[in-house]
Amino acid sequence: MAGAKEIRTKIASIKSTQKITKAMEMVAASKMRKAQDRMRAARPYAEKIRNVIGHLRVANPDYRHPYLQERPVKAVGLIVISTDRGLCGALNVNVFKQALGAIKDYQAQGVGVELCLVGSKAVQFFRRLRLPISATVTHLGDRPHVTSFIGTVKVMLDAYAEGKIDRLLLVNAEFVNTMSQKPVARQLLPAEPVRSSELQDMWDYIYEPSAADLLEGLLTRYIESQVYQGAVENVACEMAARMVAMKSATDNAGKLIDELQLIYNKARQAAITKEISEIVGGAAAV
Amino acid sequence: MANTINVDIVSAEGEIYSGRASMVFVPAAQGDIGIAPRHAPLLTTLKAGEVRVQTPDGEEHGFYVGGGALEIQPQRVTVLADTALRAADLDEAAVLAAKQRAEEALRERGSEVSLAEAQAELVRLAAQVKMLQRLRKTK
Repeated sequence: MAGAKEIRTKIASIKSTQKITKAMEMVAASKMRKAQDRMRAARPYAEKIRNVIGHLRVANPDYRHPYLQERPVKAVGLIVISTDRGLCGALNVNVFKQALGAIKDYQAQGVGVELCLVGSKAVQFFRRLRLPISATVTHLGDRPHVTSFIGTVKVMLDAYAEGKIDRLLLVNAEFVNTMSQKPVARQLLPAEPVRSSELQDMWDYIYEPSAADLLEGLLTRYIESQVYQGAVENVACEMAARMVAMKSATDNAGKLIDELQLIYNKARQAAITKEISEIVGGAAAV
Repeated sequence: MANTINVDIVSAEGEIYSGRASMVFVPAAQGDIGIAPRHAPLLTTLKAGEVRVQTPDGEEHGFYVGGGALEIQPQRVTVLADTALRAADLDEAAVLAAKQRAEEALRERGSEVSLAEAQAELVRLAAQVKMLQRLRKTK
């Protein structure tokens, strides 16, 4: 009987693949819970500091820090956050699409683009496109730490301070829920203003100590916290996307096994029927 | 409502406190300041120390912050702490042990970097000890 043995080995191999995807699904599920907790814990700080910086934009200070000033855009910097490992569905592809869309828009306007990449998938992807890459960080693990970004953030901030870039964007996946992750591009520099009804017109902060010292520290902290938040959120997205991808892989493997089992049974029965008819034919001939 | 101010204390590890207060005391870089509702907008850095929040119903909550930044708007105080703890979460024995370790590290004088680190750590721990002592007195 032709094929029965091949089908059997095929089923066995799919079964072992299914075991692997099942295990990966469960690992991702448990990691996702922890990553989600970390993401939720980091959110309030990132939001509050964004608000404070947004207020700074609408204040009327004597001293204007360069990070808060709009200037004609000749070049933009993009910080793209991706995962280090694959097998997490379309997560990275969606983020890259968002980034590429932004890059194309800027290039169409004759604006240069500088990239800062977080995660090895982004490095692999953008290296092929031959776009200028000024900094990369990879292998952050499941628990990224603020200190790992200080170097890369500094590169981009220096570029901004020197006038090499006039705008800084952060592209990463935002965690909506387990089933959906949304790629977002958010402007970091110059900081976007936040208007609020609580604020009066024409006001400024009292700065202690001097505005220059204070803002330098605060704005650097702001960028670091935003990039950190992006990275933490991306880890939660990665785990959720992997869990979903591995779940559907496991389901698909199950379906495939069922189908193959059916084909195998048919082949086996056909072989038996053939054998019987051969025996019967042989007996009749005698 | 008129005589209260919104207080948000957040650290990099999460939200610590959010609510209304009649008065807030914070350790600003250039000396402790008390914030009453409708304070003028102010932006400053914080040093390690204690943030005290007096709620409208007369309660007082203490929080330890290990440095950070502070924003004041007339209706809102935002404390962006590098690290923050509720006073009740401070463990006296652990703080004292850590302080001793930091002092020892300072005495041994390693490299320039670790010296600065140990000094900074000592400042933070001294602030925690001070806060604990005050808490014990009021108890």
